[in-house]
Amino acid sequence: MARILSYLDAIGEALAQEMRRDPAVVVFGEDNIGGTGTDGKLGNAWGPTKGLNEMFPDQIFDAPITEAAFVGAAVGAAATGLRPVADLLFVDFAGVCFDQILNQAAKLRYMVGGKASVPLVLRAMWGAGMRRGAQHSQALYPIFTHIPGLKVVVPSTPADAKGLMTTAIRDNDPVVFFEHKMLYFSRGVVPEESYEIPFGQARTVREGTDCTIVAIGRMVGEAEVAAEQLAMDGMSCEVIDPRTVSPLDTESIYASVRRTGRLVVVDESNPRCSVASDIASLVAQNTFDSLRGPVQMVTSPHAPTPFSPALEDAYAPNSGQIVSAVQRTVRSAVPA
Amino acid sequence: MTMNSLATALTPDGLIEIYRVMRTIREFEDRVHVEFTGRDIPGAVHLYAGQEAVAAGVCSVLSDDDYIASTHRGHGHAVAKGCDVTGMMLELYGKAGGLCGGKGGSMHIADFDRGMLGANGVAAGGVPLAAGAALSAKVRGTDQVSVAFVGDGGANQGAFAESLTLAAVWQLPVVFVVEDNGFAQATGTRFHLAGKRVALRGEAVGIPSQVVDGYDVFAVRDAAVEAVERARSGDGPTLLECKADRFYGHMEGWDQQAYRLTSEIDELRSARDCLVLFTERVLAEGSVTADELAGVDATVRARVAAAVEEARSAKDPDISELLTDVYVSY
Ligand SMILES: Cc1ncc(C[n+]2csc(CCOP(=O)(O)OP(=O)(O)O)c2C)c(N)n1
Repeated sequence: MARILSYLDAIGEALAQEMRRDPAVVVFGEDNIGGTGTDGKLGNAWGPTKGLNEMFPDQIFDAPITEAAFVGAAVGAAATGLRPVADLLFVDFAGVCFDQILNQAAKLRYMVGGKASVPLVLRAMWGAGMRRGAQHSQALYPIFTHIPGLKVVVPSTPADAKGLMTTAIRDNDPVVFFEHKMLYFSRGVVPEESYEIPFGQARTVREGTDCTIVAIGRMVGEAEVAAEQLAMDGMSCEVIDPRTVSPLDTESIYASVRRTGRLVVVDESNPRCSVASDIASLVAQNTFDSLRGPVQMVTSPHAPTPFSPALEDAYAPNSGQIVSAVQRTVRSAVPA
Repeated sequence: MTMNSLATALTPDGLIEIYRVMRTIREFEDRVHVEFTGRDIPGAVHLYAGQEAVAAGVCSVLSDDDYIASTHRGHGHAVAKGCDVTGMMLELYGKAGGLCGGKGGSMHIADFDRGMLGANGVAAGGVPLAAGAALSAKVRGTDQVSVAFVGDGGANQGAFAESLTLAAVWQLPVVFVVEDNGFAQATGTRFHLAGKRVALRGEAVGIPSQVVDGYDVFAVRDAAVEAVERARSGDGPTLLECKADRFYGHMEGWDQQAYRLTSEIDELRSARDCLVLFTERVLAEGSVTADELAGVDATVRARVAAAVEEARSAKDPDISELLTDVYVSY
């Protein structure tokens, strides 16, 4: 049965179902229970872990502010039989524990010749829009995508968030799970029963014939608005959400570009060495014959995220910029 | 009650000045609480009310060119280090003319002209920076001192432990001020603090360390005088663990303090308000008059109110600012 759920609750439901299914699934992070060590009632669980403590008291813990230790501990625990879901809170805090992610989690299996695996999930809030300033708003998924050994998931809808979280927990590799903070209260139809969405399988959000728009995370919604607007001008856009950027469903992207002859990539991260630049180069390399216009990237500028609402609103890409990018590639197109 | 040697050593003007700093922080925070509730102030705001005596006591022994590095709960430290209240308020509103041009906001408020190296969005992120400022002072041969403020929660970070070691090994002129307000977000110190006191971690690497009553500005000041003196004379770092709970939740608009009993907060506000404790004491000693303190209250209230008015009507930063300050040269 499906019902309407928020992105946040969809993630919480996946966590609960997986904790019930498998006692090796343990969840921890700062304030994941919230209020531990006080005489008061349970406090503010940050995010979707609210209530999990009552159901699974042995599988969820609060952690001190010790990311290097608890993310590293997740690696060790994962390599020895548990399936930890560790909560970084904001992805920006990866900065204080990056060795554990980069050198330990991502490298362990390779270095021991496949004799161990690291089935952990690292939850990470990301993205601009909440007026949190430069240290709480980054779109860091390209950095993790760059690292072999890590899987990187960027869900854009509640239903995807649930299915991808389920897959992430069952997956035997380290997965960094990017939750856009501005999507937390977005709502959508989510099946009640447990289900997996395979990694590396893009979702065609909307079909079209004139231009392919590949959009990531919160940008999927912006791309849909842009496509709607362009449709009124008689332009038909296909919108593709890769859902996971590592692995990346290149085949779906190539197939779409082969049909439409044009590509606009929308990525909230900074433009250099980004997922946008990666997809753009892959498409240029592999579907050159099909291209009828220059590939366009729509990204945030090469700058940190500003605090001021006036500046932040101008920071992340919006549907207007996507419309312009589509028009740019269509207008400069060569005849078919 | 035995009289504190330094409390008596402070001139009436000095006492008024300390009171002015504490009152300004309280007024700033209470006013921000109200303005935030009206949703006029954007973003994440962490209020310092309740902990004023720590910032005021420590910064009262620093000079303008000493350094401090602060936490995400940084307004109090900024005020105590002499940052302009209007510039701060403009920054909280994200307006042009804010201390950081609207780019930083509450969590990143800074003023290098005042030796305020910045609030910090990362727990303990500022601690190594303070150690670095101390190194800078030492290498440049000045007698500047650097203070690292950090929460009890942040004190669990690797960066904190490593900074203690580095400061001890390099004998840096730095004072680590750990503010234990009982919580890291909703998680209690009682749970997350392994070992009895953070001060023991300082002692473990040979840093003189002390637990201080953070509600008592005189006690804080006494401890700070000794620590800053030690740093200035080249005798290395000190750790002060100051205990003072916050009055408000972890973060405005997010935290209803469900993890705390209402009675706890009431007790805190009625019996352990640093401003009340200060007032009772100085009036009993006859060092300043109630009228003088009331005069400070009025001036401070007007000043903060004017700052809010100015911030509300100030201009937004120009969109072109999005691309400035990323690099020094492009
Ligand atoms: C490295 C890092 N981890 C987590 C956070 C999220 N966070 C912000 S404030 C906070 C609690 C800080 O507690 P404490 O250091 O005791 O300071 P207090 O809020 O009590 O003043 C946490 C966990 C952060 N900002 N940085």
